[in-house]
Amino acid sequence: MDAVVDRDHALDLLRQMLRIRRFEEKCAELYSGGKIRGFLHLYIGEEAVAVGAMPCFTSEDAIVGTYREHGHALIRGTPMGPLMAELYGKANGCARGRGGSMHFFDATRRFYGGLAIVGGGLPVAVGLALADNMQQRRRVTACFFGDGAVAEGEFHESLNLAALWKLPVLFLCENNLYAMGTALGRHQSQTDIARKADAYAVPAEAVNGMDVLEVEAATRKAVDFVRTGHGPYLLEYRTYRFRAHSMYDAELYRTKDEVAQWKQRDPIALFHQQLRTEGYVTDADLDNMETAIAAEIAEAVSFAEMSPWEPMEDLTKDVYTAKNGFHRSAQS
Amino acid sequence: MTKITYREAVRAGLREALQGDPRVFLMGEDVGKYGGTYACSKGFLEEFGPERIRDTPLSESTFVGAGIGAALGGMKPIVEVMTVNFSLLALDQIVNNAATIRHMSGGQFSIPLVVRMATGAGRQVAAQHSHSLEGWYAHIPGITVLAPATVTDARGMLLAALQEPDPVFIFEHAYLYPLEGELDESALPVDLIHAAIRRAGSDISLITFGGSLWKALEAADQLAHEGISAEVVDLRILRPLDISTVWASVRKTHRAVVIDEGWRTGSFAAEVSAQIMEGAFFDLDSPVARVCSVEVPIPYPKHLEDAALPQPEKIALTVRNVLGG
Ligand SMILES: Cc1ncc(C[n+]2csc(CCOP(=O)(O)OP(=O)(O)O)c2C)c(N)n1
Ligand SMILES: [Mg+2]
Repeated sequence: MDAVVDRDHALDLLRQMLRIRRFEEKCAELYSGGKIRGFLHLYIGEEAVAVGAMPCFTSEDAIVGTYREHGHALIRGTPMGPLMAELYGKANGCARGRGGSMHFFDATRRFYGGLAIVGGGLPVAVGLALADNMQQRRRVTACFFGDGAVAEGEFHESLNLAALWKLPVLFLCENNLYAMGTALGRHQSQTDIARKADAYAVPAEAVNGMDVLEVEAATRKAVDFVRTGHGPYLLEYRTYRFRAHSMYDAELYRTKDEVAQWKQRDPIALFHQQLRTEGYVTDADLDNMETAIAAEIAEAVSFAEMSPWEPMEDLTKDVYTAKNGFHRSAQS
Repeated sequence: MTKITYREAVRAGLREALQGDPRVFLMGEDVGKYGGTYACSKGFLEEFGPERIRDTPLSESTFVGAGIGAALGGMKPIVEVMTVNFSLLALDQIVNNAATIRHMSGGQFSIPLVVRMATGAGRQVAAQHSHSLEGWYAHIPGITVLAPATVTDARGMLLAALQEPDPVFIFEHAYLYPLEGELDESALPVDLIHAAIRRAGSDISLITFGGSLWKALEAADQLAHEGISAEVVDLRILRPLDISTVWASVRKTHRAVVIDEGWRTGSFAAEVSAQIMEGAFFDLDSPVARVCSVEVPIPYPKHLEDAALPQPEKIALTVRNVLGG
């Protein structure tokens, strides 16, 4: 254990990873029960990335996520209730229930989604950073995306533009080795993603995404670089998704053995073990943590259950900004 | 007649195409190891090998463009774009290259390319995964746009499309894949010219295509109980449009409702409605009505999504209004 990590912070990292894990286990259960519908992409196995990265940002910084964003929103600070209500499609959800699992938004926390077209978030992140630069604000925009997104033109165009204009964007690639059912080596000619940044003169580093402390240390360094006006930075977090791509996936493309191997590197189990060895955490601490999280989840579920559905009359609300109290008409 | 699912029908068409012509190959995201997002190519990688079943990176513009190039080079590519939503990343290749090269080159080059994609809403997958943009594609001269609604068309149109010398775009409504229908072997090979009368009627024509066909047929069933005889026209091919069949139906019924899952403004329904006005205006007893999607990004919760899309009840209500008015 790195002596510089203080105990409270370490316990918090463990607790945050557990919050994501238990929250999503509940989501999977609710999906089977039909409470959550549509697409549901779980982050289980990748928790160390969001949990290690988020503490490095200030509340002024912006976050752009993907459809696998439950963990990011939760750790960014959106309370669990509105997230669960969003998954239910209820009006008290963080996006009034309109987006569901793939489209979490939270303006007060500068959480810009929840964008589900692969690669679609990167140019938006570049623009958010451009706005900061043009208004002389020292803020950072953190953009999360998967290894699959690296194949899209928007990845390359965004790195180039951000570097050319020296914009404060942090490109955060969550390399979980698969884009749906296509393994990294079957969709990339150069599987070392960090090296791609070289071509655009963007400094980059690959880190062990299963180690929350390593994630945090590398992200902090990268944030400092970006915030001090040096332009963009790319981090490749090497991680693994323990669950199926979505709830429809039969996982024909990987072996159970491979998944089992990676589960040996479970970021939560490993970190817990590390903290135990160091005497940072007792079994009682963990029990308390689990109990508190279970209560938080139970409360979030009942918040979602009690939340009303958005009334039918509001269907066309917010297609445009309301003017003079009227919504521009939307024909049907 | 055999009962099969729409998914099985697409799969059967793909299989026959791959078996029938060594120039045919399938490429797209997750068509191989994953077995196809909608399981239409499950087992194909093993059966036909990685040369002919090609998993592509997430690079829609490039693999659609590569399909164009391979077609120019003498192959017969079937490109699967997972869904219409992601085809937006390939619009440049489709509109600027696929659709233009034959004409722009003075007829020197041919692009025998088939592009398939899932389309449509109704599965609670929210705004970015629920588009119905067939009408947009039907705006583009130089491409053929197909909307198979039945299992017979799902299989047959693919095979017919591969006989075409020019690019063909096939829109498979995602809602249809698990549904069963009767495969009509006698209807093969299917033509890519005519609309089809799916139900004969005398009081009103319900004109539609793709996933909405089943909603129109359901509405026609409801209306039959009320003594209203609705004819249901399945357009099948959006470009080039068989307006003659539509006109013939309208001449018989004197009333028309066009049903289209696209948004109303600038919808394909608007085009059909205009063409009815141009060719059958004096046969109409009332204005052409439309049932389209409400003009909002499609929301996730079921009650709002249902309200945003054409539904059998809405179609039946519109028919009653047209007849009552
Ligand atoms: C442009 C586009 N193409 C295809 C899809 C369908 N799709 C959704 S997620 C996904 C895989 C993306 O993999 P990756 O970027 O590695 O993210 P991960 O799911 O592994 O977190 C695909 C193909 C999409 N949403 N957007
Ligand atoms: Mg991935």
